[in-house]
Amino acid sequence: MKIPLSKIAHARSGDKGDTSNIGVIAYQEKHYPILAREMTAARVKTFFGDLVKGKVERYELPNLGALNFLLHEALGGGGTLSLRVDAQGKTLGAALLRMEVEVGDHELRD
Amino acid sequence: MIRIANGQGFWGDWLEAPVRLIEQGPIDYLILDYLAEVTMSILQKQKQADPQLGYARDFPLLMARIAKRLRERNVKVIANAGGVNPVACAREVRRLAPDLRVAVVLGDDVFDRIDNFIAAGHAMKSLDTGEPLSSIRDRILSANAYIGAFPLAEALATAADVVVAGRCTDTALALAPMIQRFGWKGTDWNLLAAGTIAGHIVECGAQCTGGNCQVDWQSIPDLANIGYPIIEAEPDGTFCITKHSGTGGRVNADTVKEQLLYELGDPKNYITPDCVADFTSIRLKDSGPNRVRVSGIQGQPRTDSLKLSIAYSDGWKAIGTLVYSAPQAFEKAKAADGIVRERLRQLGLSFDEIYTEYFGINACHGPVAVPCPEPPEVQLRIGVRGQDRQAVDRFTREMIPLVLNGPPTATGFGDGRPPVREVVAYWPALAPRELIETHVEVIE
Repeated sequence: MKIPLSKIAHARSGDKGDTSNIGVIAYQEKHYPILAREMTAARVKTFFGDLVKGKVERYELPNLGALNFLLHEALGGGGTLSLRVDAQGKTLGAALLRMEVEVGDHELRD
Repeated sequence: MIRIANGQGFWGDWLEAPVRLIEQGPIDYLILDYLAEVTMSILQKQKQADPQLGYARDFPLLMARIAKRLRERNVKVIANAGGVNPVACAREVRRLAPDLRVAVVLGDDVFDRIDNFIAAGHAMKSLDTGEPLSSIRDRILSANAYIGAFPLAEALATAADVVVAGRCTDTALALAPMIQRFGWKGTDWNLLAAGTIAGHIVECGAQCTGGNCQVDWQSIPDLANIGYPIIEAEPDGTFCITKHSGTGGRVNADTVKEQLLYELGDPKNYITPDCVADFTSIRLKDSGPNRVRVSGIQGQPRTDSLKLSIAYSDGWKAIGTLVYSAPQAFEKAKAADGIVRERLRQLGLSFDEIYTEYFGINACHGPVAVPCPEPPEVQLRIGVRGQDRQAVDRFTREMIPLVLNGPPTATGFGDGRPPVREVVAYWPALAPRELIETHVEVIE
């Protein structure tokens, strides 16, 4: 079945120049494999569409049950150049939590 | 064990936080992070206007406010409040709080050495675009090297009550007292990485103690009295993150994880002047109420370069807004945007960028925002950016006329024409480590 990412993960996002970073963290470590399987860099890039002009990179932190995504050319130039209200991408983590992921029933059982 | 508390995550953070850290429980060191990339250029302009300025002016006032407590409790302060004029900052601290012994770390400011560096063959290419620094030479506003924790530790060793630095890394503020008190060496890579990661966790102040936390945020107690973070550091590189008892907020593995991921790049290669820290080695454990134990951290040798923080002038920008009410608020705002763009086109004005957002529709989340079919109101927000100041200024006169000559129900123009602001852009680059020499001065 499909569930929004927010059911199993939380997130925090910020900036490095014109690159937004989004950390996605599983609430329970046993759900980290779902993140690792479903949250590919390509799917995250597709999810954000026009918002991300450059590539998306993904890094794994299994010790924290977390993934770190770098969204390049995602902040309208970044820093002081950007004309966006969210020039630092502070709200993009919350946006990503609406992405739907495919999970098996058995994976959500306690 | 030593307690290192961070009372300021950026210049503009909560003024009460450092005072409460001193008053509400035991700490040994109070660190204060004042500098963002763009802050340095603002301070450089202030210094050009007045040679006695160019530092975080809140800082000497804070020192005066808490000087007595600092002395009573033997708490040492480490702050990068010096900006581009650390000596003037330290003198002002001495003037307002004469009982405090103040040491300054110098050598990060390379604004006057840029031409020498270029002449010596250092291109200082932008890490973003690869262009050499010479391409923007005449527009540079400030230039500083990020310096690490060892010069700060050297300053602490002078028995100073207050250490004032310019552009040191945020993490160095926390690592420096560990180096000084525990005798860590420049090649203790795992220990230096541990202190660096401790610094990363607390560098944004309350963002690791329940601030800006997405996990069940409505249940986080008493954000009005949120406690700022404290590192309880051990000589073996393990540490706990906590806050004073009785304060608001929350510290647990969730809040610490969120901050660990904040502004992170490649987690295996977190590069600072002191070491390369590996975030995939971190072990976290909830170990009591509002207490997280951190262990297992590994690091690698430092790199041969230091990062430069260079600010330069890159044109002008302005942002204008108008509010449209229902019905058809979004349609009216879109029509108004089209009218502004057509009028700018007819004036023959060109910009590097014109960017439109609709508050209430898509300003934060862009194309992935949740649709809102009939919003009660929408704010139109048009931004322009360009090299021609007059063109940007002309744009600021094109918003308000729409109240009378555009789509109906426009309001929210009470602040008049928006200001034209200089764009100060950031040029990240690398320079060989040996170019940067730091030294410590005690200000009498």
